[in-house]
Amino acid sequence: MGIHQIVFWLLSIMTLVFAIGVIMSRNPISSVLFLILTFFTISGHYVMLNAQFLAIVNIIVYAGAIMVLFLFVIMLMNLNSDTEPQKNVLVQFAAVISGGALLLVLIAAVKKTFTGLEGKEIDLVNATDIGLIKNLGKVLFTDFVFPFEIASVLFLSAMVGAVILGKKDKEIIRSVEV
Amino acid sequence: MMLLAISLSFVIGKVILIAVILGGSLGIAMYSTWAERKVAAIMQDRTGPNRAGPFGLFQPLADGLKLFMKEEIIPVLSSKFLFILGPSLAMLVSCMTSAVIPWGPDLQFADGSIFSLQVADVNIGILFIFGAVSLGVYGIMLGAWASNNKYSLMSSIRAASQAISYELALGISMIALVMMSGSLSMREIVEQQHGFWKDGYFTWYVFKQPFVFLVFLVCSFAELNRAPFDMAECESELVGGYHTEYSSMKLGFYLFSEYINMFITSVILSTLFFGGYNYPGMDWVAAHVPPMIYSFIGVAVLLGKAVGFILFFMFIRWTIPRFRYDQLMNLGWKSLIPFALINMLITGAVILFFNK
Repeated sequence: MGIHQIVFWLLSIMTLVFAIGVIMSRNPISSVLFLILTFFTISGHYVMLNAQFLAIVNIIVYAGAIMVLFLFVIMLMNLNSDTEPQKNVLVQFAAVISGGALLLVLIAAVKKTFTGLEGKEIDLVNATDIGLIKNLGKVLFTDFVFPFEIASVLFLSAMVGAVILGKKDKEIIRSVEV
Repeated sequence: MMLLAISLSFVIGKVILIAVILGGSLGIAMYSTWAERKVAAIMQDRTGPNRAGPFGLFQPLADGLKLFMKEEIIPVLSSKFLFILGPSLAMLVSCMTSAVIPWGPDLQFADGSIFSLQVADVNIGILFIFGAVSLGVYGIMLGAWASNNKYSLMSSIRAASQAISYELALGISMIALVMMSGSLSMREIVEQQHGFWKDGYFTWYVFKQPFVFLVFLVCSFAELNRAPFDMAECESELVGGYHTEYSSMKLGFYLFSEYINMFITSVILSTLFFGGYNYPGMDWVAAHVPPMIYSFIGVAVLLGKAVGFILFFMFIRWTIPRFRYDQLMNLGWKSLIPFALINMLITGAVILFFNK
């Protein structure tokens, strides 16, 4: 077993342990912390695939920004077991169905990735340099420029929506003050 | 395999380099606390620390000893693990950033071997710094939440929202510089600023992109949680800020990590905008002194620039009063971000149409 494989197995085991920790821990804060650790190990996998750019962007965007906001919300919400709303049967049923559908999609995606790869060795060390920033940028702005721009418009609309939601409604404030 | 091919001497060299860098940044951070008091004293027409040793030079040692001796208090209703994790994380993250900084020209030994004065020359050096900076806020948030104190929590919310808001402006402003340099590697950006004058213009990026430097400087004040943006430690509103419940060396870690951050930020500012270890007339020096001395002059120049920035940070702290929270947010979102965006657009257009 080469050092690459040892690192891979260590990272994979850590990723799975942390991911299980996310859903098993009772305290929502430790859930978030486990999720951050999971992002770090996934970034480790990206580095193994010679995709440093993806690795660091994963950390900056998810661990550095989105998870901070998650932590924010959870710290301010005061989540105790007695204040937690009891979910009725219908909601639980819907949750099971949507979770199962997600699992189905994921399994299908994994299966599609693997078909045709049986028995093929992938040279991880000399793997393609597609993850390096130069190649990634070229691919994003030539082959995938349309979905890329669509995604940015989507983000822009989400931002505008958030600003509108966050804007103080003068009517409401007046009624509260009266 | 690739990972096993590295030689033992290489590993030993890197370990020594890391030890020297860490020790150096800790030492400089330690004496920054002394310099901060001296600068404050001089600006306010006082004497400052002068009891411990000549000019009070042993004051940081005395402070460190005092912090070690203090009673360690952990609030009963706090989450103990996170309470300890908070300051440790703050310290770890502030020490991490120094890994991608090129501290000087390559060392050339007599037998012709070359040793790079940079721990890791990754091709995404700038992004690594952004990653480390964006993680820095966890130390504050976790410690403050674990303290089980409302003032600490309020302070951590201020710190985090401030950090996230200003990271945006920081990132967008940096895009213009990266477009000009065409690389994210710190080493390459420094090499492009070789010397001082070339082809009829300055090589340093502060002259090529002065507005990026301005935005970067303002944002680094905010990222450092330093006056005039030290909302997170606003004594008049929040007692002691996020470290209200901390005592002993855990408090020391929080305060100390801030000074390390200040040093590293000063080094980054001098590396990206003020030519790093480059200085006017370096080619002449390279031709006239042994290569070893030449490297050390480069390191000294970089450190000199960094000390200049540290002093600048201190002058600002004792000159400008603290902003109000809404003023801070207005400055970040309504002035700096549009400004950085417009600068990015103009830079891109100029590069595209005039091919630089």
